[in-house]
Amino acid sequence: MSAPNTSAFCLRLLRRQLVLAVRRPIEIGNPLLFFAMVVALFPLGLGPAPDKLANFAPGILWIIALLSNLLTSDAVFRSDFEDGSLEHLLLSPQPLYLSVLSYIAAHWLITGLLLALVSPMFALMLNLPSQGIIALAVSLLLGTAILSLIGGIGAALTVGLKRGGMLISLLILPLYMPVLIFGSAAVQAAVGGNPAGPYLAILGAMLSLAIALAPFAVAAGLRISVDA
Amino acid sequence: MWTFFHKLGSPPWLYGISGSILRYLLPLTLVALTVGMVWGLLFTAPDFRQGNSYRIIYIHVPAAVVALAGYYVMAIAGAISLIWKMKMADVAMKSCAPIGAALTFVALVTGAIWGKPTWGTWWVWDARITSMLILLFLYLGVVALYEAYDNKEAAGKACAVLSLVGTVNIPIIYKSVDWWYSLHQPASIKFTGDSSIDPSMLYPLLLMIGSFYALFTCVMLMNMRAELLERNSRTSWVRKLAGGDS
Repeated sequence: MSAPNTSAFCLRLLRRQLVLAVRRPIEIGNPLLFFAMVVALFPLGLGPAPDKLANFAPGILWIIALLSNLLTSDAVFRSDFEDGSLEHLLLSPQPLYLSVLSYIAAHWLITGLLLALVSPMFALMLNLPSQGIIALAVSLLLGTAILSLIGGIGAALTVGLKRGGMLISLLILPLYMPVLIFGSAAVQAAVGGNPAGPYLAILGAMLSLAIALAPFAVAAGLRISVDA
Repeated sequence: MWTFFHKLGSPPWLYGISGSILRYLLPLTLVALTVGMVWGLLFTAPDFRQGNSYRIIYIHVPAAVVALAGYYVMAIAGAISLIWKMKMADVAMKSCAPIGAALTFVALVTGAIWGKPTWGTWWVWDARITSMLILLFLYLGVVALYEAYDNKEAAGKACAVLSLVGTVNIPIIYKSVDWWYSLHQPASIKFTGDSSIDPSMLYPLLLMIGSFYALFTCVMLMNMRAELLERNSRTSWVRKLAGGDS
């Protein structure tokens, strides 16, 4: 049997990840539920005054998106590492850069994309002014993709460790911070009536940089984890 | 030239040469630190607006400068160990992380102590200060990742990848005072153009920065020597050194 060409292989890999996720809908639902639960915590902790919540809403929504991404990225490679299919992937003649990119794309499609799509609803619940909602959705669309790529690095480096859960947050949260800064700044600018474009452009630039470089780091991390 | 490069890969040779470097560098560093400290703290004129509290820059600025530079040392050592599979680079990289973390911590704490009488607050969420805090987390992440692996060779490689990834943050930290409106003042010492600091205050400061670099080198070499001994504890040269029969 001849090896499939690279694009077909990557699409198949992407499809496999998505099928695996769809077969266990709770895995897809969990991050969204987490998002909803934590949104509900803030009015309880900060008090339900609408103007106060509206003030904090961009930061709150972005931080929750960041945390739910953090919690899910731990599992990106875990099961494939444990059953050995990751080792097969490393031995296969396909370029690891692209295969890794399909793993991360699948992760973004089932967490970040869905979060960005449902975020306007939560934004309304937190009284975010309506002019900020589009900026929120777009900044989350771009930002969660960066988060998935960075999270993939942390996941690859810790996948072989038994107690990786807490460690991964220490590794990748410092790298998440620039994304958080520009993401919530975009929403705040839009709420204040200023153009969000410059911030979104910076997020876009960060995303391009992350797409270009992060898969190399993920691939190196996976090789280290599998060798160890 | 190449023999020198190959010798760098040999633990006993590195252990020996670092020992002889330390024999001269360590006393020199201590003298320079003492001179710089006494000069800066006792023999410079007080600032006309801040009085004596500004003198903390003789600790704060060198610690912050070397903390940032130390990250580059760590990342470059990491890159060397990944590209040329040099184990000694690995040891160097691993030795940088705790020193860098300590220096970043010192810079943050001295900044807070200076900020209280001058800015009236211990802490502000300002671009430079926040980004230095991120630097501290980056260093601690490397330390924690290294400790989490049982296999030290894999640990070194994993940390090398992590520190290379973290370098994207370093220019942001370095330039944060110029890019964002910030309470922290921009850099006073410039390589091109005039520094906005009086020469009588600048020279002791430069001496302190130099001695902090030397201190970083000394502590890094000492860390490396300890790590070399630990990694090679079963080899004959370490046994001979420890006085046991090989």
